[in-house]
Amino acid sequence: MVNSRFIQSLDPTVNKDTRSGFGEGLLEVGKQNENAVALCADLTGSLKMNAFANAFPERFFQVGIAEANMMGVAAGMTIGGKIPFTGTFANFSTGRVYDQIRQSIAYSEKNVKICASHAGLTLGEDGATHQILEDVGMMTMLPNMTVICPADFEQTKQATLAISKMHGPVYLRFGRPKVPVFMRPDALFEIGKVQTLMEGNDVTIVATGHLVWEALKAAQALNTRGVCAEVLNVHTIKPLDVESIVNSLKRTGCVVTAEEHQRNGGLGALVAQAAAMHHPVPIEHVAVNDSFGESGTPAQLMDKYGLNSEAIQAKVDAVMRRANVIA
Amino acid sequence: MSTPTLPNIASQIRRDIVRMVHGASSGHPGGSLGCVEVLTLLFFEEMKINPDAFDMDGMGEDLFFLSNGHISPVWYSILARRGYFPVNELATFRKINSRLQGHPATEEGLPGIRIASGSLGQGLSAAIGAAQVKKLNAEDSTVFSLHGDGELQEGQIWEAAMYAAHHKVDNLISFVDCNGQQIDGPTDEVMGLGDLAQKWSAFGWRVHVCDGHDFDALREAVSTAKEARGTGVPQVVLMKTAMGKGVDFMEGTHEWHGIAPNDDQLASALGQLEETLGDY
Repeated sequence: MVNSRFIQSLDPTVNKDTRSGFGEGLLEVGKQNENAVALCADLTGSLKMNAFANAFPERFFQVGIAEANMMGVAAGMTIGGKIPFTGTFANFSTGRVYDQIRQSIAYSEKNVKICASHAGLTLGEDGATHQILEDVGMMTMLPNMTVICPADFEQTKQATLAISKMHGPVYLRFGRPKVPVFMRPDALFEIGKVQTLMEGNDVTIVATGHLVWEALKAAQALNTRGVCAEVLNVHTIKPLDVESIVNSLKRTGCVVTAEEHQRNGGLGALVAQAAAMHHPVPIEHVAVNDSFGESGTPAQLMDKYGLNSEAIQAKVDAVMRRANVIA
Repeated sequence: MSTPTLPNIASQIRRDIVRMVHGASSGHPGGSLGCVEVLTLLFFEEMKINPDAFDMDGMGEDLFFLSNGHISPVWYSILARRGYFPVNELATFRKINSRLQGHPATEEGLPGIRIASGSLGQGLSAAIGAAQVKKLNAEDSTVFSLHGDGELQEGQIWEAAMYAAHHKVDNLISFVDCNGQQIDGPTDEVMGLGDLAQKWSAFGWRVHVCDGHDFDALREAVSTAKEARGTGVPQVVLMKTAMGKGVDFMEGTHEWHGIAPNDDQLASALGQLEETLGDY
């Protein structure tokens, strides 16, 4: 039931941060495409953009602490055929510069790749000022925008390469902490296509980003209790692969969504909308419920705000009760 | 028919502006009328452009970015009269299903427009990015941008100004339409801009000051600014202009920033502006 085309190990020994996947991917993009350029707002080390900056200094542009200008310069750089990758924290990649992205990039259909690290609660100790939990909602609302949230180091590297080969604005969301590396580096990665990581018939778990690994852990634990969960990795939140998700719901009859984001406006809301339209089933959400975060270690925060394997298992039990699958 | 002179073209552009805004019953005539000369000079004399075969990348061409997008009437008229799209299309300005949106947009593919503008303060950044790409592509083309003076109240302008000097973007010439007016009143009363020449200079730009309605003065400013190539210093031209220039009852007042003339006012305005190239 584990799909080995996608997963290299359910007992991974290596932990890596997704931002390092971005850094390696960006370096590779730079080698493959001389039109790739990168801009960074004083967070080159944090974004792991040093390798690109050192290899291609003439194609790397330090912007300083001026994110609005970075988005505008990136939009301008597409005129003449460049593919700009902007790098800063997710908070400063979205809310701070929403109007610049809206007008100069999304509405203007510019081929800018907005690469956003330190998304969500797992940014940790810096606290709520930096822990953006609304970015997916903001970016999925923008016409023309593709929104991608990869699951681990390998997938972030793949995604970085993939977005360089598609035309159009992209929001690529990744994070700060080291997390298990479980995806195969050669897994088929198609923008807009759900990956079925585990097959099952009792419940569907739809997860994105850091919560994909938590979903896999939950599925294994549930399996020991005789619950067979299907785990879908939704690395592309927009455009959402509604067909694959609905097909799974038709088999399982209930769904839990899991994301490191607000419940309002996140993956869960989009899945609920798709389910309501195409195949209504009981649904439960693992997400932050209309609150800001706070300081703490990533693990403490994910536990306190209910964004881990245990929380997913509890929601699976709840949704299966509602679906009358178990007493 | 001999080649029309720049003043002749400018007169027709002004007729187009007031007719477009009247036809739409909305729009921004004041700033548009005040920027006729600079755009006429750029598009009909200065810029190396290819209006018959517009493409987004503009390789080998000079580029222009309108940052204060609300003065779209003057830009649309200039683009149409220069051959980017049919002059008759000016009649669709601000109407449903038109390519001539209230503020410039790329979505419907209007030739000449390379990025949307309207929300103020964003165009300088875009122009800088495009200018840097000209250098990366080993082109000697020049990028021009136009900004309102009120627009300089936006913080992003100064982020961009700092960046351009730091990165030695010397193939960019930015114009500021210094008419001293904005929607709520004179800039001095709404939010004083201080000494703009000193501000730009302090940000590392070379400042040129000229009469924005005098073709010779504008030509001289552009010529001098273009000599900056290789010095690493971005160039800004502070143009002294009158909002509403050319129509006596609109001139010099913020009252005509964003309203349309009625039928009588249109007749009065057109009586002051010679029809030189034929109305659309």
